[in-house]
Amino acid sequence: MSPEMLFGLLWKSLLQTLHMVAVSGLVGSLIGLPIGVFLATSGKGELFPAPKLNYVIGLIVNAARSTPFIILVVAIIPFTRLLTGTSIGTTAAIVPLTIATVPFFARLVEAAIREIDKGLIEAARAMGATPMQIVRKVLLAEARPAILLAFTMTIVSLIGYSAMVGAVGGGGLGDLGIRYGYQRFMPDVMLAVVIVLIVLVQLVQSAGDALARRFDKRNRKS
Amino acid sequence: MTFPPVAGDAARHERAQAAPMVAFEGVTKRYGDGAQSFTALDGVDMTVGRGEITGIIGRSGAGKSTLIRLVNGLEKASSGRVVVDGTEVGSLTEAGLRGLRREVGMIFQHFNLLSSRTAFDNVALPLEIAGLDRAAIKAKVAPLLDLVGLGDKAARYPSELSGGQKQRVGIARALATSPKLLLSDEATSALDPETTQSILALLKQINAELGLTVLLITHEMEVVKTIASHVAVIDEGRIVEQGRTFDVFTAPKHETTRILLSATLGTSLPEWLRDGLKPVPSAGDRVLVRLTFFGATAFQPLTARLVAEIGGDVNILAGAIEEIAGEPFGTLVVAYPAAPDVLDRANRFYAETGLSTEVLGYVA
Repeated sequence: MSPEMLFGLLWKSLLQTLHMVAVSGLVGSLIGLPIGVFLATSGKGELFPAPKLNYVIGLIVNAARSTPFIILVVAIIPFTRLLTGTSIGTTAAIVPLTIATVPFFARLVEAAIREIDKGLIEAARAMGATPMQIVRKVLLAEARPAILLAFTMTIVSLIGYSAMVGAVGGGGLGDLGIRYGYQRFMPDVMLAVVIVLIVLVQLVQSAGDALARRFDKRNRKS
Repeated sequence: MTFPPVAGDAARHERAQAAPMVAFEGVTKRYGDGAQSFTALDGVDMTVGRGEITGIIGRSGAGKSTLIRLVNGLEKASSGRVVVDGTEVGSLTEAGLRGLRREVGMIFQHFNLLSSRTAFDNVALPLEIAGLDRAAIKAKVAPLLDLVGLGDKAARYPSELSGGQKQRVGIARALATSPKLLLSDEATSALDPETTQSILALLKQINAELGLTVLLITHEMEVVKTIASHVAVIDEGRIVEQGRTFDVFTAPKHETTRILLSATLGTSLPEWLRDGLKPVPSAGDRVLVRLTFFGATAFQPLTARLVAEIGGDVNILAGAIEEIAGEPFGTLVVAYPAAPDVLDRANRFYAETGLSTEVLGYVA
């Protein structure tokens, strides 16, 4: 394959990957955030006590997380078709990616919020804050660095997952690697795909770390 | 920052002035139920006077944290009434409770500041919660930071402040909504002695300047001794003693009070002396007496007169002079021969001068 052709394929696949990861990452996190907050605040004696609902949602989240991604992709094909009109291609791949993101991100958000000192919640209650004010002004504000790191981790995982949807014709870098690198035995394409993925993950992680550090005021040196 | 009376209702205002700021009436708090239940508070009756600094002291696990949290409804009483400024806390709805909490400030042992907010924004938090706009918040926060001596630290994050400075931010935050009552939950327990003194001085100043009622819980006698005009001693969920700090400290009636006090006031005997004490004298023994000076006797040269009265054979074994809630208080442990004539002369002298004494025992 000529370098121009390889570059063109790489570029097109990179854009497809970025498209899948960006849309499913954003939508999945937006849905996962409130679920994570709920999981962290709805236990017995907490801000929004609803232990039974907490248990049920916890079960669903665990079930979704323990389903292997490739099986999830296949299992929800009818749903994907209902939503996008097709079960193959980049747009169709976004549906399982988003569904996989929600429970993943929700658990990370829950952990980030549970890390917050209970004393801060008590202090806010003593000021006369409503539960919603406590979530907005205390929990989300204090957990922001941890949530940014969780988002970074989610995006990195999605880059890996998005390579997997290549197996079912989802497009993207993974698809390129499998079809050219593996099936047509072109090691140069495989190597190029892997390098691009490594660089991409590295960039996302560095950007996420830098952003989280910027918002983390816990160990500032004056 | 004053609280003007409700116009046209002077009589009610006057009654409110006389009534205590906080009253606990037969308050009991149980956690859990059945065989596993634990009684944290057991029939607590006590009042917190308006404009006073009242201390609740007890060992850890005595129930003081629960007691202070009943005042702003962070905990609910199992039975009995908690009345804050005429309002029964238990009768309030969630919204009513939030209203009350805006009138009751609270400071904490571990400060509980938001690490993501600057000193300024931490003090602003209760005002944001109360729904004030940015301009009104700014007008309130700056003078409060000045009041607690942190005018130049407004833009600092808690991680950049010392423990004492963090507690000052906590105090400014507690005062932001102009409360009528300040609750202090072991506010100095995480601070070194010097910083503790400066925080106590600040609390005293706020109490004097703003007329703010303060209710504090602590396990440190030193804190109560320094700033509280009134004290309640709590042990195993019961108030075992309460009254003016000076009265309780100079004449403790309950064993728990005595134990708590012995560590701070110079009333404990050296070990070598305590071990040799006998309850009854044998011939040639010396009697150990603790003299307590306060009020009028604190300023008289009584020791010199006692020595003269007894005839010179007196030795001083321990002693200290302290200030309790602003009043001087001294103790002295002396020993002299337990001979009948000496004891007679000494007892006559005590009766004549009104000195308060206690026979601790006898030594060979």
